Amino acid sequence: MLTYTIQPKGLVSPGINTCQGCMIDVIFRNVLDILGEDTALVIPPGCAAQFSGCGPESAITVPGIQGNLENSAAIAAGIAAGFRFQGNDHTQVVAIAGDGGTVDIGLQSLSGAMERNDNILYICYDNQAYMNTGIQGSSSTPYAASTTTTPAGKPVGSKDLIRIVMAHNVPYAATASVSHLPDLRKKVKKAKEIKGCRVLHILSPCPTGWGYPSAKTVEIARKAVDSGAWVLLEYENGKVTLGRKPAALGDVAEYMSMQKRFAGIGEDAVATAAKNVTDRYAYLEKLAQIG
Amino acid sequence: MEMQQNTPTNTPKKRRVLGPCSHVLVAYNTGSWRMVRPVADQEKCVRCGICAGYCPVAAITVDKKADLMEIDYTYCKGCGICANECPKEAIAMKPEGGEN
Ligand SMILES: Cc1ncc(C[n+]2csc(CCOP(=O)(O)OP(=O)(O)O)c2C)c(N)n1
Ligand code: SF4
Ligand code: SF4
Ligand code: SF4
Ligand SMILES: [Mg+2]
Repeated sequence: MLTYTIQPKGLVSPGINTCQGCMIDVIFRNVLDILGEDTALVIPPGCAAQFSGCGPESAITVPGIQGNLENSAAIAAGIAAGFRFQGNDHTQVVAIAGDGGTVDIGLQSLSGAMERNDNILYICYDNQAYMNTGIQGSSSTPYAASTTTTPAGKPVGSKDLIRIVMAHNVPYAATASVSHLPDLRKKVKKAKEIKGCRVLHILSPCPTGWGYPSAKTVEIARKAVDSGAWVLLEYENGKVTLGRKPAALGDVAEYMSMQKRFAGIGEDAVATAAKNVTDRYAYLEKLAQIG
Repeated sequence: MEMQQNTPTNTPKKRRVLGPCSHVLVAYNTGSWRMVRPVADQEKCVRCGICAGYCPVAAITVDKKADLMEIDYTYCKGCGICANECPKEAIAMKPEGGEN
């Protein structure tokens, strides 16, 4: 039983202690708006953990459990198995985890769930570092970005989560961004209709960790998409479909200059980052041509 | 409902944390964080709803039919995303406590 002390906005509380300009709230509100009340969430530690709460307080009107960074997908798979045993084929089981809890620490359990094709929706909101514990670098942190564990800029690039996911032959996977909400909603809707292990990877810029004014979250996310630093795509039944071609593919200089985490990096590093982006896009284009 | 054993986390000074845990829907007073407040120019606003979609705390109501655009300041954090994204530049961020 949930006691309402306030009126939620959608299925989410309106007053959550995410930083000014953080849009994790918007991800939750849109996802739950589409999935509806017949949903159970698994949320590991991280900035999103406050949604399911750790004491008696909750910020969502659906059941949520806070697990561990290692095992969000495993917990979700277990809940889904329990529902199946009960003959419940309608409740959506959804894990919503950060990049650290997905691409680093929780990768093995996600990999297992994808291998077994457990009936879960796994959502990674990617703020490209361990933000909740003070901006430590993760394997989603991009090349040259400064974090407290990569103070001189990350010397290597990030793991390509969506390609790791595709390698598991899941029925549906997609990338999305908080700047492109109709696109994000369309992908959540599609994922809702499909059975099996579905994965969404959503860009969620972090004013606190990336170092930009709180008003710029959407603008930065849009710049990431327009420059190809974040590529919108879908993977369905083995087929890759890219979103509209980035308007300024490889033009990452302005995107990077808007963020303190890239402050002071040289022209060489910007050129390398640009090349990484265009090379990756060329590869994804080839994938999209297959099949 | 079956409850968890009431032992390890039950120290007199600490709040008990037992399963089932989170059962009270709350909101924090995030409106108190606000240093600047979004103020809409109702003449410039075309009720497109873009600001409302992006607002992290869902503080903005836009209804084209009712010709309405309204900001509820209760939880507004003053982040400025609405003002930054408005295509008509109809929202200005004004210092909290100053004149409108
Ligand atoms: C195994 C393990 N290591 C470290 C921690 C401490 N910890 C709690 S939240 C967190 C950050 C998680 O980062 P991410 O998943 O990217 O989410 P974000 O905080 O960025 O939202 C860490 C390292 C933990 N809870 N468990
Ligand atoms: S640290 Fe970043 S991701 Fe975490 S709540 Fe703040 S803005 Fe959001
Ligand atoms: S984005 Fe601007 S024009 Fe559109 S509804 Fe909001 S204030 Fe009005
Ligand atoms: S300033 Fe931020 S929190 Fe306040 S109404 Fe605008 S977008 Fe919403
Ligand atoms: Mg993170």
